[in-house]
Order: sequence, then C-alpha cells, then structure tokens
Amino acid sequence: MGEKKGVWAFSENMELLKELLACGSPLAAKLDTELSAVLLGGDMKEKANELIKHGADRVLIVDNPNLRAFHIETCLAALTKLAKEKNPQIILIGATKNGKDLASRLATRLQTGCTPDCSQLFVDEEGWLTTKRIVFSGNAIVTASYLKTPQIATIPSRTFEKLEPHERTGNAEKISMSLEEPKVKIMKIEKMEATDVKIEDAKIVICGGRGVEKKEDFSFFKELARTLQGQIGNTRPLAEDRKWFSSWVGLSGKKIKPALYIGCGISGMIQHVAGMRDSQVVVAINKDPEAAIFEVADYILVGDLYEILPAIVQELKKTLN
Amino acid sequence: MPRIIVCLKQSVDVSQLKADPSTGRLVTAGVSRKISDFDKNALEEAIRIKEKNGWELATVTVNFEEVKASIREALAMGADKGFVVLDEALKGSDTWVTSSVLAKAVGKIGEFDLILCGEASIDGFSAQVGPRLGELLKIPVITYARKINITQKTVQVERVLEDQYETVEANLPALVTVTKEINEPRIPSLMAIMKASKKEILTWKLADIEVSAEEVGESGSGVRIRDVTVPQVGRKKIRIEGETAAEIAEKLVKELVKEGVVGK
Ligand SMILES: Cc1cc2nc3c(=O)[nH]c(=O)nc-3n(C[C@H](O)[C@H](O)[C@H](O)COP(=O)(O)OP(=O)(O)OC[C@H]3O[C@@H](n4cnc5c(N)ncnc54)[C@H](O)[C@@H]3O)c2cc1C
Repeated sequence: MGEKKGVWAFSENMELLKELLACGSPLAAKLDTELSAVLLGGDMKEKANELIKHGADRVLIVDNPNLRAFHIETCLAALTKLAKEKNPQIILIGATKNGKDLASRLATRLQTGCTPDCSQLFVDEEGWLTTKRIVFSGNAIVTASYLKTPQIATIPSRTFEKLEPHERTGNAEKISMSLEEPKVKIMKIEKMEATDVKIEDAKIVICGGRGVEKKEDFSFFKELARTLQGQIGNTRPLAEDRKWFSSWVGLSGKKIKPALYIGCGISGMIQHVAGMRDSQVVVAINKDPEAAIFEVADYILVGDLYEILPAIVQELKKTLN
Repeated sequence: MPRIIVCLKQSVDVSQLKADPSTGRLVTAGVSRKISDFDKNALEEAIRIKEKNGWELATVTVNFEEVKASIREALAMGADKGFVVLDEALKGSDTWVTSSVLAKAVGKIGEFDLILCGEASIDGFSAQVGPRLGELLKIPVITYARKINITQKTVQVERVLEDQYETVEANLPALVTVTKEINEPRIPSLMAIMKASKKEILTWKLADIEVSAEEVGESGSGVRIRDVTVPQVGRKKIRIEGETAAEIAEKLVKELVKEGVVGK
C-alpha cells in the first residue's frame, strides 16, 4: 500500500461526519495511523474543535469562497487536490445522495475503487479495508475488499453511533487552494415539507402502506404518533403513485432503525424491508395472514388496520396515563 | 443529428432471487435477467426527448453474458440502435472497470449530446457508474433527475435529494442519471416489437474498443467481491390473537411495555 497513510472522513452533513469519525476511529487505531476530518468552507474553527472532540486527530480545513455553499464539483476538486497531495489510505464519505455522487467521481479521479452504503468496515490481516453492504434489494450481504488505494467507502447516516464528545488534543490544519467555477449551475433550491424530527432519527416509526385507503386516514397514524411521540413513515407507492408524501422508507428511500417500527397495510416487499430491517422491534398489521411483512416481524397482527389501530391508540392512552 | 446515448444494464430480476436452503447462499443461476428498472426510466426519458426533438437514440451495454433479448426490448421501446460490449473477461469487473469500458465504447460510438443512465442498478445499487462515466468523459454530471428539459445547447434538470429539490443547468454534452419517478416506461406494441427486429445491434469484443483483458475483470478492478451471503433476520414472529381488536391491542401493548419500547 506504499506511501499512503491516514484515514479521512468527509461529509457535507456535520452530524454524519461525526458518525464517520466513529466508524474511522477503530480503523485508524488498527492501522496505527491518524484519523482526519475534512472540512470544506469558511469559518470552520468551532466545527474543527467539535470534530476533534468527536474523535478526529486532525482536521483538514480548506477555506475557499467557492466552497461556502455546497457544490459537488468544488468539493470534488478540493478533495482530489488534497488526496493527491497527502495520500490517505482510506477515505470515508457520508452516503447522502450528493455524497455518493461525489465519492464515485472522486474514486474515478483517483483511479480507485469505491464501495457504497457500507454497514460494516474492518481491516483484514493484510491491512486492506473490508466492507459489508446489502445488495440485491436486501436479499444478500456482500463482503468486498480493495485492490487499489486510496480505499473509498460511503456510509449511510445512522449506521454508526457518534462517539461521546470529550476534550482531546488535535491539529487543525488550514490549506489554501484555488478552485474553478463549477460546470453545473444551481438555479434554485426548494426545501421539501419538513417534519420537526427526521424520520431517520425517530425512536418510533408508524409506517403506512397501500392498505391505507385515503390520505385523511393518516389521522389514525397521527394520533398514534402523538401518543407515542413517534414519526409517520410510508411505502414508496404512497409517495410515487398517490403523491401523498415526498419521501418513503426503503431501499431507494430512507433507511430507518427505530426502537419500534409499526407497519400497517404494508405487504413487506423486499425493497421496503431493506429500509426497516434494522428496527429493534417490528410490529406488523395486515389483513392478509400470508403477508411477507410477517416474515420480518416480532409481533404479527392479522386484521384490519382500521379496527386495530384505533384500539391500540385507546389501549396506549390507558397504559401511558 | 444530435444524439442521446442511454446506458443499459442487464441485471438479475431481484424479485425472483432465492437462497439455497442447504447452503444459505444466494442462487442467481437460472434467475431471469432484465433491463435494470431505473435504466428503463432513462430509456423512456430518452425516447421522449427523441420523439420531441428528432434526436437519434443509441443504447450501450457492457456485460460478460448474453444480453440480446434485453437490447431487443429497448429497440422495441424506441431506441434506434444498440451497442454491446460482450466479453467473458469482463466477469468480476467493479464499477471502475465497467465505467471505463463504457467510456471507451462511447468514444467509439462517436459524437453525442446527452448520456442518460439510471440512478443505480436494481441488483448492486451502487449508483456509481453514471457519475464515473461522466467524469471519465470530462462532461458535466447531474444525478437523481426527476425532470429533464433540453434546449439546443443546455440541459435543465430538477434533482431530488433527501430533503430538497434542486434545479440545475449545464451545457451539453452532459450526463444525467434519472430516478424512477421521472416517468412510467412504455410497454412496446406488437408492431413495435416486429419492427425492432430489423434494427441493428452491434456487438464488440474488448479488442474492438482497444481494451486489454488485464484492464478488466478482477485484475483491473479497485474492489473485489469476497463473499455473498443471505442476511438472517432473527425475528420473534409472535402472532397476537384475540376475539376483538381491543383484546389484540391490549396484548400487544403489554408486550411492547415488556420490550421497553413503550412507556416511561
Ligand atoms: C427499483 C424499485 C425500488 C423500490 N424501492 C422501494 C422503496 O424504497 N420503498 C418502498 O416502500 N417500496 C419500494 N419499491 C416498491 C416495492 O416493490 C413495493 O411495490 C411497495 O413497497 C409496496 O408498497 P405497499 O406495501 O404499501 O403496497 P402493497 O404491496 O400493495 O401492499 C398493501 C398491503 O396492505 C394490506 N392491506 C390492505 N388493506 C388493509 C387493511 N384495511 N388493513 C390491513 N392491511 C391491509 C394488503 O393485504 C397488502 O399486503 C421499489 C420498487 C422497485 C421496482
């Protein structure tokens, strides 16, 4: 693996970046090397300190006006220059959609491999990074390792628990570079309707599928969500076909791992299951006794969600008071 | 005539995958192959652009096993011509190699104005090949499109990200990857299927695009697969039964309190 040394972490999302440090920390320890966080933008002093508290030995800061607002191309240019200059052996990137785009292109510029959406990472006997991730719509787990360096991997949010912050010493290193204007111009950004808590962070998620007949019927869900202080989720057809929501849980949507998942009127197609299989406790309500969702459930309730959900709300109110 | 190229991957039909009960290994042999879902959305979008603007539409596919039936389907949907790089040496290639071979194939196809890919493939779901190809061709890359507008010189795209939509613009030629929500792919008519049998599919070996066997497969890759296993879900699968909904609810809530996921 020649001259290359160091484990790097980068994400445009500060929370995810801290999770990447938690992922990178044992890798750096095993390889007896430094763990660095990369910060791109301006005014980074406070952030740098925070990252050091969360496990970074070094923070590489690139301050450039073109990096103040996030753009894949400027981040890509900055990361490419940094990596060519400093030769890290591992680069961990947050698997947001932009992050996955960025990582693929960085790997191309650095002429190396990249494994996406990793859920486990370790260093093998020979010192190569080895990763595990879900493929085939959740039907299989593939273990892969690298043949070239730097070894690039992307990691979804909520895969690793942030380390407890504590006072540590670390270096903040400022690097200046010139960056070209990006080729793709961002004309407009429109926020999706946001709920207060992100579903990825929710402790309890009540998920609805096509068994829910009308959008208004989600009022049952809302009541249950209020009672449990949980969040509402949904399958893809409710977003894509019925346009009731702008996002969904699943392989091509949000990956959640709440303490409690309650799935109502959901068949349990593998693409949905891929997004919720890491939930701690799974409850499924479906009127079809053969529904596939029951194969991945801890508690199986065969019946009509329109009868069972209100009864659960009633019972919970009794219990919680 | 301006030209669109769509990259099509032939993948296994993941809904048909099963584990071998004796080994716990995934069985892909004998599982039917199809055009990867999002690539079909890319193809549909390209056909719409072609129909509206009179552009020419070619598909390009890289594989180590036979893909003709999939390409015929693409031609029946509306593509004008199919290019295939077919070589056994490609087995074991990672996304880095696949995109490099695609780049060579695109180079041989010639001038183009727009390349469309699916956001990811339904089997590997890595979402890498599109952005990597754009990078290799040194053209603007725009991922996760849910809407595409073409003018003579530019492409305007609405991207779907986790919590926002982004409208972006770039000069042509450019590469765009599309999401499933961009359109509903058409099902070709019998007429179209018959007509498509006269359209041309050009098949190249690696040597035809000046790529050597060492550059592909595992030897050319940055990543190699070590193992594929079937995930075990250890769920309790307890059926909660009762005469009434209230009884079922009562039993469930008791269990959830015991699990410590509900209550104080
Ligand atoms: C490439 C690709 C990617 C995909 N990605 C995702 C993804 O990320 N997330 C996702 O969710 N889907 C995804 N899908 C779609 C997925 O394959 C399924 O179509 C979808 O998850 C099914 O949604 P559903 O369970 O809500 O609907 P259905 O499959 O129609 O199931 C509805 C269920 O409700 C039950 N039901 C009906 N009425 C009642 C009632 N009154 N009480 C109780 N039960 C009732 C029925 O018995 C049935 O089981 C993807 C598909 C493809 C091809």
